[in-house]
Parts: sequence; structure tokens; C-alpha cells
Amino acid sequence: MSEAKQPVLEVRNLSVTLPKGADREFAVDKVNFTVNPGEIVCLVGESGSGKSVIAFTVMGLLAKALRPSSGEILLQGENVLAADETRLRELRCTRMSMIFQEPMTALNPVMTCGDQIDEVLNTHTKLDAPQRKAKIIAILDRVRLPEPERIYASYPHQLSGGQRQRIIIAMALVLDPVLLIADEPTTALDVTTQAEILKLIAELQEGQGTGVLFITHDFGVVAEIAHRVAVLRWGELVEMGPTEQILSKPQQAYTKMLISSVPSIHPQHRGARKDAITVLRTEKLGKTYSGAGFFQKARVVKAAVDVDLDIRKGETLGIVGESGSGKSTVARCIARLIDPTEGKVFLGDTEIATMTPSRLRPHRRKVQIVFQDPYRSMNPRITVGEFIIEGPMNFGLKREEALARARKLMETVRLDPNSLDRYPHQFSGGQRQRICIARALAMEPELLIADEAVSALDVSVQKQVLELLDEIRQRLNLAVLFITHDLRVAAQICDYVAVMSKGRVVEYGSAEQVFGSPRDDYTKALFAAAPGRHWEFGNFAA
Amino acid sequence: MLDFIARRLVAIIPVLTVVAVFVFLMLRLTPGDPAAVIAGDNATSDQIADIREKLGLNEPIWTQFAIWIGNVLQGNFGESFFFKKTVAELIAQRVEPTLALATCTLLFAVSVSVPIGVLAAYRQGSLFDRLVMAFAVMGFSVPGFVIGYCLIYIFAIELGWLPVQGYTRIGVNFGAFLERMVLPSLTLSVGFIALISRITRASVLEVLNEDYIRTARAKGLSNRVVLMRHALRNAAVPILTVIGLGIAILIGGAVVTESVFGLPGLGRLTVEAVLSRDFPTIQTVILMFSVVYVVINLLIDISYTIFDPRIRY
Repeated sequence: MSEAKQPVLEVRNLSVTLPKGADREFAVDKVNFTVNPGEIVCLVGESGSGKSVIAFTVMGLLAKALRPSSGEILLQGENVLAADETRLRELRCTRMSMIFQEPMTALNPVMTCGDQIDEVLNTHTKLDAPQRKAKIIAILDRVRLPEPERIYASYPHQLSGGQRQRIIIAMALVLDPVLLIADEPTTALDVTTQAEILKLIAELQEGQGTGVLFITHDFGVVAEIAHRVAVLRWGELVEMGPTEQILSKPQQAYTKMLISSVPSIHPQHRGARKDAITVLRTEKLGKTYSGAGFFQKARVVKAAVDVDLDIRKGETLGIVGESGSGKSTVARCIARLIDPTEGKVFLGDTEIATMTPSRLRPHRRKVQIVFQDPYRSMNPRITVGEFIIEGPMNFGLKREEALARARKLMETVRLDPNSLDRYPHQFSGGQRQRICIARALAMEPELLIADEAVSALDVSVQKQVLELLDEIRQRLNLAVLFITHDLRVAAQICDYVAVMSKGRVVEYGSAEQVFGSPRDDYTKALFAAAPGRHWEFGNFAA
Repeated sequence: MLDFIARRLVAIIPVLTVVAVFVFLMLRLTPGDPAAVIAGDNATSDQIADIREKLGLNEPIWTQFAIWIGNVLQGNFGESFFFKKTVAELIAQRVEPTLALATCTLLFAVSVSVPIGVLAAYRQGSLFDRLVMAFAVMGFSVPGFVIGYCLIYIFAIELGWLPVQGYTRIGVNFGAFLERMVLPSLTLSVGFIALISRITRASVLEVLNEDYIRTARAKGLSNRVVLMRHALRNAAVPILTVIGLGIAILIGGAVVTESVFGLPGLGRLTVEAVLSRDFPTIQTVILMFSVVYVVINLLIDISYTIFDPRIRY
């Protein structure tokens, strides 16, 4: 390549057509942008914005139903849209590589990691076996995997999510491509792992001068890693510019709205309500899983140990922690979806941890949960109305009364009460989550548990649902237990925060205290890893 | 691993005990006097009393069971009333054709059905795919004897390429043995191919949607490598399971196929034994088939570990 300044990737006037019957004509509509050597360009947008479609079009890995209908994609001047399948295969992993969102599923479970990287070298180079092995060990070392020899011979399931993502990065970069496409590469990872992977990508690309097309929905990540940002909406490029400029002086209304929706990492002062009645209290709550088989050693997993929490009326307690920290286990024990093995759970004055199922039944009504995934927590074959009234009717309410309550609740969650006879697939993710909230409220609970209830939502929808939850809490004087891995969300909605790690509560206090002056080392590490923590996302009233 | 095999072998004992109890009771629960049943319609009462004595039918039922099971464990399966030989001898004579038929069928069916299943999945919706699916429906619904007679008519009678019926021992003349194996194996394979190719197609289709297939394609691998190295191995477990289950069907199918092609195998022995109410033979054959079935399923479970490193026992 003669001129060093030639962009590694130039996308010119790219349009990708959606199949007939989709909600719009183009998945990607006349998009233009470039990625220069050594530059990280972030494509940001909400779901359905077309950002992943662009990535897959560049790689030539688009689903068969989608067709690029116009434009050019120049990889170092070569139009990949015009390249045939053979040429595309030659380019993949040698000049352009891709890393994916889900490290847990992106590797073949039945091949060793070493063999999977070896395939790349075997396909694209003429190196002999010892040379390939040496090169693989070297790249494993470069992506900071401990004991490269052991990792080489390991199967994916023997590695953690972060380690698997390093394998995928190693696989993508082993032949020093000029372009790296990263499709939400840290979205599925814990925040501390995410910080490490972001750092690794930045270091590797800087060292090699690789151009990176980084796809994300997370403005924290953008603030952390991007040189330039392109904002996408419904397949169109809304705005593009240097990171600093987009984040601090966005021009377009949509960009302003998006950035304003990012929750601040600094908690608001909400005032304590120490005098209110305690709704829920746990005492040394614990859950131990033990699987002992015939002739097998017993395996004991302590999912939750000595958890003491209390929540008063009108108060939100957040449990934050990484995956496997035990936060969902605690929530499920409190709701008695699973049975705790140690300790006590007081609902008001009643101890429910050891209650028999038949005696527990009347108390079930008092604790209701809203789950993470609004697409999977509703039965697709029953109407929204039936979904909401099923619970109250189980507890003796007449059908007409239950329906009247459902209509009122639909208004509460700001949905049309006349849509009760519709089915879940006719609603968007945010609307479904509102319906799930309405369903929980229909039971007139004393405690509402939100288990990662906004994690699957786009940031603008997330903001609306969070505001709705907070408003409902205030109006009904509800106690809310809010489980989240997202520190920004926790900072905005919680009065009190419990930080969990390895099944234990390591820090517990008011949101202001925990976020303002964390005492525990783990909490400090967790906050330090939050992406974009130095950036205060402005509130641009559009 | 060895631990697992040991545990599974131990677990075979209760299964076979249940089978043994049923097999034992089969004779005792037959309406009327088993001795009379065995002796047949023209027997004198002396003959019946003699048989009753010989079978120990005058003893209490528990004692009878203990004696019988003791004999079985020592490899003494009794004597066939009809063939006038020990059952062990009888089975030793008849086992080769059935074993040969089952092996040929299995080899043929797997080597045909897995590739067409993979190809059908890869070309989902194509003409080839639809033909495979149509064949699968046909293979399930047309009875084995119909296929057998059709094949005989076409290849043996009309074209004269292959013999109509009969069996030549493998040691006597290998060529003749093969000639006589083609049509029975083909007949028995049809249902088996239908089953395995459908499962292979479904299983590969599911795997083709996995993220690691996308990763493999992003590495610049050719379609063949993606399909054979990445997709098929991940799709193997359901395919193996269905092959294991299919062996049960194979055993049932052998009864019909051996009758159609006149093979002197265990399937025909079973039919003959049932028709002549030869209880010791029936009992032994059932017992033997259950042992074979249980052992094959154990082997299938062990083979999972070869294909999927995540499965560790």
C-alpha cells in the first residue's frame, strides 16, 4: 500500500434492502463513512439502527434475505461488494477480521482453542505445523492469556467469557489484518472484564495501526474507546464527528436525546425514609447448591452467603454485582422461586423462608417480579389482558373486576387500555416490559422485584421505563428491590445499594455513600471499571 | 470414565431383572396349564405330567424362578421343544445371518443418510432437500415387506441381477454372501435412512444457525470445511442417539425382512418359535435382544464423549 493515508475502509452510499413486508424498505440507507489506519470509529445506535448489518455487509456475511442494493465498500481501495465468494474468503481474517458479541457461543465447542486459531493459519498461509504453533502461542501471549500452552489445548468451555473473547481477538488478529470489526464485543461481559478487553483492543490496534470499526449501543464504551463516532437511526447516518464533539456538542435532536438518556453515574440526593415500615428483611440468608451423585464427589456451590438486607415502604434497594455474584439468587430466594438453604426472610412480620408451599401461597401475592427479558417472560399465545388478570383471578378476583383493574393499570404504565386483547408480539420490547410491570402491579404487591428489568432495553426506552418504575414506587409507596449489573442505572434509581461479590454482600449503604465514597476494594474496582466514568453525559433538552 | 462405565453396567442389572421377570412370567401367565400348552393339542395326560415335572412346574413359583434364572446365568437356556436342540445351540446357528444383516444395514444406512441429511440442511428449501424429505415420509410409511417384494420383483425377477432368496454363510463363499445380502439390507435400510437423514437434517440446520458457524465463515473457511468440520460434529449427538434407537427398529424389522428373503436368522427363528409355541426359545431370544439393546445404548452414550468434549462422565 503506497499512500499511508489511504483509509482502510471507505463505505460509500451503502444501502441494504430489507425483504418485502419489513417495517421499512432499507436496513441501511445511503450511509457514508471512512475508517483510517490506527483509528477507532464507533457506530452507535439503538436496536434496529442497522449498525450490525453494516458490519456483516463489510465481511460479506449478510443473511441471505438482505441484499446490498447500492454503493461501494472499499477495503484499501478494493470494492468488497464486487468481490466473489473466493476472493471474500481470502480477505477474511487476512485483511479484515471480525469479533463478535457472544464469546460464550462464538467458538466451536468441540474443537480446542488452538485448533480453531490454527484453522486460520492453515487456510491462509503456507506455514508448517511448528511455525503455526509458534505463531499461535505468540498471539495468545499478546492477548495476555496466561499459560498459552495450556490455553492452546483447552476447549472453549474450560475458559471464562473474558478468556474466550481473548481467543476470538487472537484469532482475528493473528494475521495482522488492516481492519478489525468489533460487533458489541464487550456487551455480554462483566464490567471489569469489559474494561480489560477494551484496553486490550485499544493497545493491539494502536501497536499495529489497525483500523477498528467498533459497534456498540453503550455511550460509556464510546467515551472510553472511540476516536470518531457515527450515530445511526433506522438505517440512516444521523451524525458523525470526533467523539469529544458528538458527546459534548451534539447537533441533531436524536443524538441529543440519546446522550441525555444515558443515566449519570452520580446518584441524585433522594433523602432517606428511615421512619417507614419495613416491608422485607433478610437475616443471614443463604443458598447452597450441592450436587452429589452416586460414586461422585459432592460439589458444593455457595450462591449466597449471610445476606442481610432490609427494604422499607417507598424505598428502592439496589443489588449490584457481576454475573455469578448471587444477586439473582437472592432475589429468587426472597420471592421463594427457589428455596433458601439458610437464614430467614421476613415479609412484614411473617417468616417465609421455611414456610411450606401451601402456607406460602397467600403470601405469594405480596412479592412480584419483573424479569429481564420481555421477549421471553410473556406467553406468546395468550393475550396481554389474560396475562395481567390471571394472577388476581387466581387469588379470587372476579373476571370483570380483574379486567377493570387491568385497564386501569394499562393507563398507569401509559399504554392503551383498549389493547388488552392483543398478543405480546404486537408490542415492542419497552411496551412489553411495561405490560410485565402492569402484571406485577395487578397483584397489588408490597414488594416489587425488578431483576435486570431494564437491561435488555435500548437506552432511550430504558430511561422511560426507569422513570415509570420510580413514579409508580412513589405513587403506590412501594418497596422495590432492583437487581442490576449496570452501575449507572443503579445510581439513578436506588436509595440504598448492596454490592455483591461471590455470594456475599461486600458493601451496603445509601446510594450516595456507596457511589461517593466506596470503602470496599471490590466496590472500588467495580466503579473504576465502569466505562466512560470520567465523562458526565450532558442533558440536552431537545 | 471407567467409573461411568462401571456404574452403567451396574445399572443394567435392574433392567435385565425386570425383563427376566416378564419373560419368565410370560410362560406362567399364559392361560391354561403351561405344560398343556407346550405339549400341544394331541398330548396325553401322561405326557403333560411328564413335561410339568421336567419344567419343575410343581414347585412354588419363586423356586421355579430361582431355578430358571440360575440356569440362565450358567448359560443353560433350556431345550427347544420344537427343534429338539438346546436353545444355545439353536441361537449359535442362527445368529450369523442376523448379525450380518444388521451390520450391512447399519453401515449402508449411516453412510447414505448422514451425507444426504447434511446436504439437505445445507441446501434447505432446494429441490434436493424436498426430495430427501419426500423420501423420508415414504420410507416411514411403506411397510418393509412391500419394499422387499418390490425389490425382489425388480432386481431378482425382472433384471435377474441378484438372487431372490436364501443365504450363503460368510465363510463358505463371500461373493455369494454379499449377493444375498444386498436386497435384504436395502429393504431394511429404507426406514432407517428415512429416520437418520431427517434427524441429521434437523440437527445440522439447528447448528448452522449457531454463532460459531458464523465465526468459522468469518475466518475465511470454505463451505465444505464449515459444514463437515464445524457443523456435523456439533450435530452428532442427536444423530448418534437416533442411530441407537434405530437399532431397536432394526431388530423388529429383521423379523419381517428375514421372512421375506428366507434368511435363516434370529428374526425367522423368533417367528417359528412363536408359531410353534416354543417357549424356551422365545424367552431366550427376548432376553438376548434386550441385552444387545442395553449394551448398544451404553456404547452410544460412551461415543458421545468422542464427539463432544463437554460431555464427561
